[in-house]
Amino acid sequence: MQKTDIVESEYLRDDIPDFRSGDTVKIHVRVVEGNRERIQMFQGVVISRKGGGLRENFTVRKISFGVGVERTFPVHSPMISKIEVILQGKVRRAKLYYLRDRVGKAAKVKEKRRP
Amino acid sequence: MKGIIGKKIAMTQIFSEDGKMIPVTMLEAGPCIVTQIKTTEKEGYNALQLGFGEVKAKKLNRPMNGHFEKAETEPKRYLAEVRVEDPSAFQLGQEISVELFSKGDRVDISGNSKGKGFAGVIKRHNFAGGPGSHGTHFHRAPGSIGACATPSRVFKGTRMPGRMGNQKVTALNLEVVDVKPERNLLLVRGSVPGPDKGLLVIRESVKAAKRRKKKAHIVT
Repeated sequence: MQKTDIVESEYLRDDIPDFRSGDTVKIHVRVVEGNRERIQMFQGVVISRKGGGLRENFTVRKISFGVGVERTFPVHSPMISKIEVILQGKVRRAKLYYLRDRVGKAAKVKEKRRP
Repeated sequence: MKGIIGKKIAMTQIFSEDGKMIPVTMLEAGPCIVTQIKTTEKEGYNALQLGFGEVKAKKLNRPMNGHFEKAETEPKRYLAEVRVEDPSAFQLGQEISVELFSKGDRVDISGNSKGKGFAGVIKRHNFAGGPGSHGTHFHRAPGSIGACATPSRVFKGTRMPGRMGNQKVTALNLEVVDVKPERNLLLVRGSVPGPDKGLLVIRESVKAAKRRKKKAHIVT
């Protein structure tokens, strides 16, 4: 146990589903505009998940109007209201940065088929 | 003016209420014991001497043990002074804990900075240094330290290489993010001088106190 765990453990969330890179996820992001709050969706492929403890974060990539958009979220961020795993991907790497250089069908991640 | 002695534990990050990640330093603050009360009549100024940390009585010399005996307290490892306006509000042997501060307060934290050893002028005084290449031999040297025959000496205080760090540094106006009295823990936003386990004196912020005084003046 590390010295900083006493403080950090309070902020760790246990309502986060298991997901790894290659999975397609839908993130419900809290957006605060003035004093109003609403939920915004961000759906895409997880291309990296790194760090540990409270500092763990992940990157989601999607193609929006033909432009690649990537957003990085801290896993335990209170700004995330919910994470939905849409489908699990079949990938052989932990970091899918190669997707950035691919377009169209080549940029698709195959779905993991359960026997 | 209120103050307490503490130790730096480590730095980490936590989420603030608006969902942003903020850097915080964990401090073990107190519990401290009032070991001496200084007054204007006797010492010329009003202050409290605080003791922090445990130490065996046999590790201390007789004058120190006598000092703690007089205050009727356990021997303490570290002593530090904090100025107070009204010393009659405190008694010898009184315990001072982290609850002195609450969430949202502003504090000043002093401690000895990390020693950097014998450092050159670039690290020590932020000199620019020369270019790395293109035929130059002037890299990290200080350059000219003054004129020639007039004044035919180097002025005092000229910035030169030498020992850097391990000096008293005070970080001003830091925000108290959280207080955990059950663990004597104080969370402060941002960094604090010195290494982990380094001794620190945590005081009420002078800037915040000044601002409050000004405000009170306007109201009356």
